[in-house]
This record gives sequence, structure tokens and C-alpha cells, in this order.
Amino acid sequence: MAQANSRRDTVIRARGLSKIYDSGGTKLRALSDVNLEIHSGQLTLLMGPSGSGKTTLLSILGCILRPSSGNLELLGEEVTALPESALPRLRRGLIGFVFQGFNLFPALTAAENVALALDLRGIGAKAARRRAEELLIEVGLKERMHAFPADLSGGQKQRVAIARALAGDPPILLADEPTAALDSTSGRTVIELLQRLAHQHARAVVMVTHDPRVLSYGDRILHLEDGRLVREELPGENLPLPTPFAASSVPAHLSQVFPGEF
Amino acid sequence: MALLARRNLFHDRIRFAVTLTGIVFALVLIIIQFGLFLGFTTTTSNNIDHSNADLWIVFHGVGYFDTGRMFSERKYYEVLATPGAQQAEKYIQNFANWKKPDGGMENIQVIGFHPGSGLGEPWNIVEGDVLDVKQEDGVIVDELYKEKLGVAKIGDRAEIGNHRARVVGFTRGIRSFTTSPFIYTSFKNSLDYTRPEAKEDQLAYVLVKAAPGVSAGELKSNLKARVSDVDVYTREEFSRRTRFYWMFTTGAGLAVLTAALMGLIVGIAVVAQTIYAATMDHIREYGTLKAMGATNGYLYRVLIEQAVWSAVLGYALAMLVAHFVVHASEKGGAVILMPPSVAVGMLFLAVGMCVTAALVSINKVTRIDPAMVFRG
Repeated sequence: MAQANSRRDTVIRARGLSKIYDSGGTKLRALSDVNLEIHSGQLTLLMGPSGSGKTTLLSILGCILRPSSGNLELLGEEVTALPESALPRLRRGLIGFVFQGFNLFPALTAAENVALALDLRGIGAKAARRRAEELLIEVGLKERMHAFPADLSGGQKQRVAIARALAGDPPILLADEPTAALDSTSGRTVIELLQRLAHQHARAVVMVTHDPRVLSYGDRILHLEDGRLVREELPGENLPLPTPFAASSVPAHLSQVFPGEF
Repeated sequence: MALLARRNLFHDRIRFAVTLTGIVFALVLIIIQFGLFLGFTTTTSNNIDHSNADLWIVFHGVGYFDTGRMFSERKYYEVLATPGAQQAEKYIQNFANWKKPDGGMENIQVIGFHPGSGLGEPWNIVEGDVLDVKQEDGVIVDELYKEKLGVAKIGDRAEIGNHRARVVGFTRGIRSFTTSPFIYTSFKNSLDYTRPEAKEDQLAYVLVKAAPGVSAGELKSNLKARVSDVDVYTREEFSRRTRFYWMFTTGAGLAVLTAALMGLIVGIAVVAQTIYAATMDHIREYGTLKAMGATNGYLYRVLIEQAVWSAVLGYALAMLVAHFVVHASEKGGAVILMPPSVAVGMLFLAVGMCVTAALVSINKVTRIDPAMVFRG
């Protein structure tokens, strides 16, 4: 079990978050009165059955979706009252996204995908390129940085996506089922990478997951049901016994990058 | 940003080829339809525009070329005597029948002018000499109509209104917008060909050249004050009236105009659909960019750069195709014109259409659907 970093600043604070979708006159309540705090240095897992509101909550935390009511603070800044035009700045500065489907740009190489995130932040091409290469080395893709996404495995794609999410050095990392589309080996690589990013870099990592194999990696587990946050668990508390990732399948390069982890 | 815009375009080459094909098709369609429109309007007033006359005098009420009404030769002398008129020439245009050497008949338009006067003469003569029409039966025809008129070379003979005609020269590219080719001959011959019963004191137009230092407007005022029962137009006025008449008051003109407008509309629709589809192909990527913190301005710039690239490359290819089409039309009955101003205008139109189409699809891009972004 990984040890959480001792720094526990609250980076996300949500109070009474609700979200109601209006679908052709029919009101659909996706979130009801959600209160939570997310801390830096922790990997927080968000679990729940399909339709429980996980993605809606993640979208609101990521300032992609506005809540119908309630308040959201990111690093002490109240964001629910901000105009739409202010949100891209928040997303660029505070949040990195990791998507289940990777969402890489197929026309760009791995390095260019990462550099694009820096281009969004106005960083010059050369500096962006250099930083992108550093990040790809950090996630163990030194040899694949000039490959196009179509030529990468699922795990490699997800690591490129993580490197891209880290490009702006955001304090918050939001991941939507990042291991769902991956095999056991790649899944372990990715979850350990996310855990390490939380613990060693003091990031607040929030990860939506259905994957029981990752439960033991989380520092907190939040359960959503019918749009409500029903309980919070710490690892080891009433957890179903996960099927462990096969240690033998850990890629050699990650053993080198993160010695002692495997 | 520039890299993403270019890569999105060029990475999927088949998709890009489809996009370019759509743009090229649309542009060539517009160029052809608009070129036909220009060719038609230019053809209707060709004889006026190349007349080298400052003023055209017509019987009162005659508003355009091709319907010249005969009037007395006395008017011609009144014009000559008007202050400010340096030169005046009699001119006629009338329909007649051309009897081919093999016996077949064709409708023609006979143009009678004063050879050597420099006013109202045929232009672009590629064989023979304009002065040869002074010969009793000398006519000049355009090489486009050789086959239609059954002649192949200088010296070939035919009949016009039961009078002998002998080809003494050929022009190149003087089309008639009707199905009746122009036949150029001397004023004297033209009276024989078209109105054998008429006296020589009948004419349809007087073409006038102003004296040095006298403006066309000034001379026009003098003529209107001095010569009664005629209308006086500057060359530009008469050209514009003739074009307007044929373009907007005849079925043929309206058909060409409608076709040009339809070409424009279909072209715009094809480009819009092509660019819209190309943008929608990448919609999830734009959503991801937005989630990553891209501003709408950033997305606009990516889309606009892609649109401009598509437009410029599509335009270059379309110009290549259009060049061949225009060149091929020079030997056909319906000319397609593409003056430099149109060629340049098409570039702006292409960029405008592509950018507008891209911006139409931008609404979809600037709104993030979390379900689209988050779910694989």
C-alpha cells in the first residue's frame, strides 16, 4: 500500500453541488447535494454504478460543466460564479485531464500531443518540445515519443495522455476510468503512475473507476449512488478483495523510472 | 496551433483528398457558370466595345444593339456638321440568310461598316485584310463558324440574300450570342445583302469620334441639341444598355444568370458541407482541446487556419482545372471568360466560403459535451 504524502492541503471544496439536466422538458437529477473536499497528495477514487453521477461530478470539478446549484472552490477560488470566459484559464492552470479513451490527437506524435498542451499555455515551440520530451521520458516513453497514437499500445497511449495532463504542472489531475480500456499490465502501470503523481508531487488526483483492481491504490474512496455521495472509505475498510495486478507483467522501463515500486 | 491545423488536414490523406475534391468541384462549377455569364454579357456588346467610337447614334427609342432601326442618311451629315465631331461613320446591322456552297442555309447577322475608318471594324483578324471587304462581294467571317457557314479558306464563296459573297478574311473569337454568326462587310455591300430594296440613304447607326479636347459628354450634348429624332449614347452607355437588355429582359439572359446564381449557391453548399464534415470529423479532438483549457479564440484560429489551407490549395487546383476548361471553350460556341479580376476574386470567395463554413460549425466546437469528451 502506498503511503500518502503528509501535505494535505484542500484543493477542491464542493458544497451542496447539484446538477439537473433538462431533457426535452423532463428534469433529470444527476447530482444531489454533494459535499466533498479533495486534498493534495492523495489519490481519491470515485466509485459508483453506471448513472450514479460520477462523470457529471468529474465534469463539474473540472469546470467543464456548471452545477445547477451549490458552490465549488478550487484552491480557495470560488469558481461557480465565474463567467464562462474565465473557465479555460482555470482548466489550463489548475487541472489536468486523463480520459478513458485517451483522446490523443491522431495526427500528432506523442511528443507533439504533449507539446500541444504547452502551446495552449503560450509556451514557445522549442521549449514546449523540450518539456514534452522530459515528460515522456518521465512516464517511460523515451523510445516512443515520435510515434503516432495509432502505433502505440493502450497503456502507452494512456501514459502519453498523462504526460499531456502534466504539461501545465497542474495541482489537480482528474482521470476518468483511465485503466478501463487497458490490460492488466498497462492498468497497473497507469495506476501506479497516478499514485506516484499524487504522493511524490503533491497533486490531488481524482480518478473515476469501476476497476476493483485499483482499489488498494486509492488513499480515499468516495461512493456515489443516484447522484448522492453515500459514503467514504479508506483502503482496507470493507473493501472487496481486488484481483491483484500481476507483478511479473510490470514493464522494465517503469522499474527503472520508479525503482523499488514493483 | 499551426501544427495541429496542418496535421489535422494532411494526416488523413484520403479525407483531405475528399475535402479538396469538394472545394475544387465547387470552385470550378462557380468559375464555369460565372465565366459563361461573363462570356454571354461580353458577347452581347462585343461590337460596341470594340467599335473605337466615342458615341453611338441610334434611331430614337432604339435602346440596344441588334435591333437597329433604319433612319435617313441626312442625320449622318447633321452629325458630321456638329461641333466637336471629328469623324462619323455609317454602320448597319441586320439579319440575312447565308446560302452555303452545298446549298444549306444559315441565319447570319450582317455588319456593315466603312473599311479603313477605324470605327466599327472587325478586330482580331487572323487572315486577310479588313480593306478587302471593299471588294463588291468581300466578307469577313470568324473562324469559329467555318464549318457552320460551309467555308474553309479565303476565296470560298457563298450567297447572302441572293447576292454573291466571297470570304476575304477570318477573325478569331468574335462570337455571336445568338445562333446567327456575324458577317462583316462594307456598308455598301451590307445594304445589298440585307435590304436590296432600300436606298443608300438608310442606315442603322452612326458611330462618332470626338475631336481632340472634346469630351464624349460634351459632344453628346451638342449632338442632342442639333440632331432630332435620334438617341445619343456614349460607347459605355450603349454597351451597358445592350448587356442589360439581353441579360435581364430575355429568356436566354435570365437562363444564364440563373445558372450562374445556381452555380454559386451549389458551390457554396458543397464547400460548406465539405468543410463542415471535415470539422465534425475532429469534433471530439476540439472538445478535448477545450477541456484542456483552449479558449474559443484558439479553436477559431485552428479552424480558420485549416479553412484557409483548404481554400488556398483547393483554389490552386481549381485554377488549374479552370484554365483547361476556359482554354477549351475558346474553340467552342459558348465562351467561358475568366479575367484576372475574376481569378483573384475566386481566391477571396474560396477563402470566404471555407472560413464561413468552418465558423458555422464552430458552435458545435465551442460547446463541450462532457459525454463526448469523457467517454471513449
